[in-house]
Amino acid sequence: MENIAEYLKEERSQPWRDELRKSMKAKERTSLERIHMPEQDPEERSHNYLEVNLGLTEEQALVESHRCLDCPDPTCITGCPVGINIPKFIKKIEAKDYLGAAVVLKETNALPAVCGRVCPQEVQCEASCFYTVKLKKTPVAIGNLERFAADYERNSGKISVPEISEHNGVKVAVIGSGPAGLAASGDLAKFGYDVTVFEALHEIGGVLKYGIPEYRLPNEVIDVEIESLHKMGVKFRTNFVVGKTASVEDLRKEGFEAFFIGSGAGLPRFMGIPGENHIGIYSSNEYLTRINLMHAADPDYDTPILRGKVVAVIGGGNTAMDSVRTAKRMGAERAILVYRRSEKEMPARIEEVKHAKEEGIEFLTLHNPLEYFADEQGRVNRMKLQVMELGEPDASGRRRPVPVKGSEFDIDVDLVVVAIGVSPNPLIPHALPGLEMSKWGTIIVDKETMQSSIPDLFAGGDIVRGGATVILAMGDGRKAAAGMHKYLQEKVKSR
Amino acid sequence: MNKIVEKEFFSENVCKFIIEAPDIAKSRKPGNFVIIRLDEKGERIPLTIASSDEGKGTITLVVQRVGVTTAKLLTMEAGESIHDVVGPLGKATHIENVGTVLCAGGGVGVAPLLPIVEGFKKAGNKVVTVLAARTKDLVILEEQMREFSDEVIVMTDDGSYGKKGLVTAGMEEVIQREKVNLSVVIGPAIMMKFAALTTKKYNIPTIASLNTIMVDGTGMCGACRVSVGGKTRFVCIDGPEFDAHQVNFDEMLQRLGSYKKEEAEAYERYLKTVQ
Ligand SMILES: Cc1cc2nc3c(=O)[nH]c(=O)nc-3n(C[C@H](O)[C@H](O)[C@H](O)COP(=O)(O)OP(=O)(O)OC[C@H]3O[C@@H](n4cnc5c(N)ncnc54)[C@H](O)[C@@H]3O)c2cc1C
Ligand code: FES
Repeated sequence: MENIAEYLKEERSQPWRDELRKSMKAKERTSLERIHMPEQDPEERSHNYLEVNLGLTEEQALVESHRCLDCPDPTCITGCPVGINIPKFIKKIEAKDYLGAAVVLKETNALPAVCGRVCPQEVQCEASCFYTVKLKKTPVAIGNLERFAADYERNSGKISVPEISEHNGVKVAVIGSGPAGLAASGDLAKFGYDVTVFEALHEIGGVLKYGIPEYRLPNEVIDVEIESLHKMGVKFRTNFVVGKTASVEDLRKEGFEAFFIGSGAGLPRFMGIPGENHIGIYSSNEYLTRINLMHAADPDYDTPILRGKVVAVIGGGNTAMDSVRTAKRMGAERAILVYRRSEKEMPARIEEVKHAKEEGIEFLTLHNPLEYFADEQGRVNRMKLQVMELGEPDASGRRRPVPVKGSEFDIDVDLVVVAIGVSPNPLIPHALPGLEMSKWGTIIVDKETMQSSIPDLFAGGDIVRGGATVILAMGDGRKAAAGMHKYLQEKVKSR
Repeated sequence: MNKIVEKEFFSENVCKFIIEAPDIAKSRKPGNFVIIRLDEKGERIPLTIASSDEGKGTITLVVQRVGVTTAKLLTMEAGESIHDVVGPLGKATHIENVGTVLCAGGGVGVAPLLPIVEGFKKAGNKVVTVLAARTKDLVILEEQMREFSDEVIVMTDDGSYGKKGLVTAGMEEVIQREKVNLSVVIGPAIMMKFAALTTKKYNIPTIASLNTIMVDGTGMCGACRVSVGGKTRFVCIDGPEFDAHQVNFDEMLQRLGSYKKEEAEAYERYLKTVQ
């Protein structure tokens, strides 16, 4: 940590930063109001799949960048799981060097355009911004500025490809192409390795592609970032399920010397209540995959999707929010979010909750489904709900929802999406006897190196954490890449 | 991209494809399936692997025309390529020497049954196979089945070939005359349901290989879920084979019809485009 603090200090004392700081009084900076991100009109957007947030204009980004005080002790950085040099990139924006700002972001973040859109900034960098902590004001819009710089670079067509060390000829495999795998492959390529990413699906991107909807994270944004990895020499093999198409042992024989497992938290959970397998009851993964990965909403594509007039989505996380807002876009007259705790406990990003409300999503908090009913064809047509109240805090620190006796009632629904969480994908662990697992089915790793109980296997992202976030998955991928580098250097030396 | 190297019609609506897929040819086992997507706009559908040739790097699929995707596939010729083929998926059949195995296949279910028949025979079992089809023209792979079975009984609904009657009649005949230690049934859900009811009467352990709707085939979506012994299981990773006596076939039949309307409409649209 010492040298990071040193490095930050040194960077901060560069003449251009000094000059910028002096160019405007702190008082003036703090008197500026946070710029609100322009958005598509709620009524209009609830009928299309275009991005909801429109991004800051250059003028807006400039004003917002002036709010940042370039603090001597930038607490915001401690809130960032990948330790982006936040003041530096913001000051690059203030200096109108937008491409330079993107370069700063890419020092530590392989997918800034993605993170600028989907990170829960309100509990990370922006929560530890000087404005939030000391001034009790709305924080600098760090996420919006990150997105601005990354989008600017993409639209400029002058995308910087990170420098790559000389090729060392050592083959490494990355299993899974979600944010964890992509981040790991980027860093491994930078170190000079011959990287191949194996992906089970026909598309690269993991949850970024099949889960998070187009209106929140356009595929084009992800594809550009994947293109950068291509340029860095990373190879991609889609339709390849490690543990099925070939085993880790087979890959070892093909010359792969270390592995990063970023296979994600794939398995959707169901509640196990009566009627849950009726037609018209989807897991959020299936619902979103059909629409996002398979383009089921587009009549030119072959994958079918059921639509509902009254759609109930069960859960309170990002996945639930994405499903219920998608249902609205799919033409639901009523799209209802059913969550067993209160709004305060919802794990979804605050912005998603706000956007959902603006789009006319109904919130049925403190309710829990008990049973589903169906018509003669087996299609769901009704659900039984129970009212809940909040009791004592549970292990997660959130107040436990407890059923209110005799409060059951039925509502008519014709589509249900269950979004109550996922369990780790068991494919890889099952195929690797001897791999140490937790009782939740996650892979146990060393926190610093991300090395598993099998020395040439490293892991990160949701397969290690259970359900987490894009940025944490990326942070893991980067840590693992460093761990693998160290492991391989020692291995090569001892040859 | 996976090239079709050979195509052969078994009947008007059933066709055999040999497809280049070297990795899958090497690792696949009886019981495994693949998921294919024909083109950029295609849907993902599961197809059981009937056989493979590791040396040539190919797998064999037997496909019946049931919807838009299979109809399109049946129009594809050798030399053309399927956009995506992923596998082998699912758990392999647990093959061991149990004594006498009664294998029953209906429709295109006969294709995935072939490697299982072969496996049980090679493991030293006596294998009696019942092949069922609506009519003579639809009986497939009889020759190959005979190669690995001690006996093959052919049943047709209309009596145009073999014996007249349903698959269950053929099964009863065998069960009545000798001790059966294990039964394997693969075919349309409705056939498996009744085959399972038949063996249940005689308490014969029975395996069914389920062909549910799938999307990813890796456990990620739950489209393939079925109730087995009252618990929800995912066919793509927990199966495709389950204890047939525990499977809720009625629920499975309903779920198979999830997109009946959508599929009918899509088929109409497709027919218009080819006319
Ligand atoms: C709908 C939804 C919305 C979300 N919204 C947000 C948000 O707004 N902000 C946020 O920070 N987080 C969000 N998350 C969480 C975030 O997406 C995940 O934490 C993150 O994607 C995990 O990354 P990962 O790389 O570990 O795994 P994944 O993204 O799950 O990728 C794993 C990949 O590995 C592949 N794979 C699995 N097994 C194998 C195998 N054996 N061989 C080859 N490939 C394999 C899978 O097909 C998949 O593509 C959301 C999640 C969902 C589902
Ligand atoms: S097909 Fe998606 S979980 Fe089985």
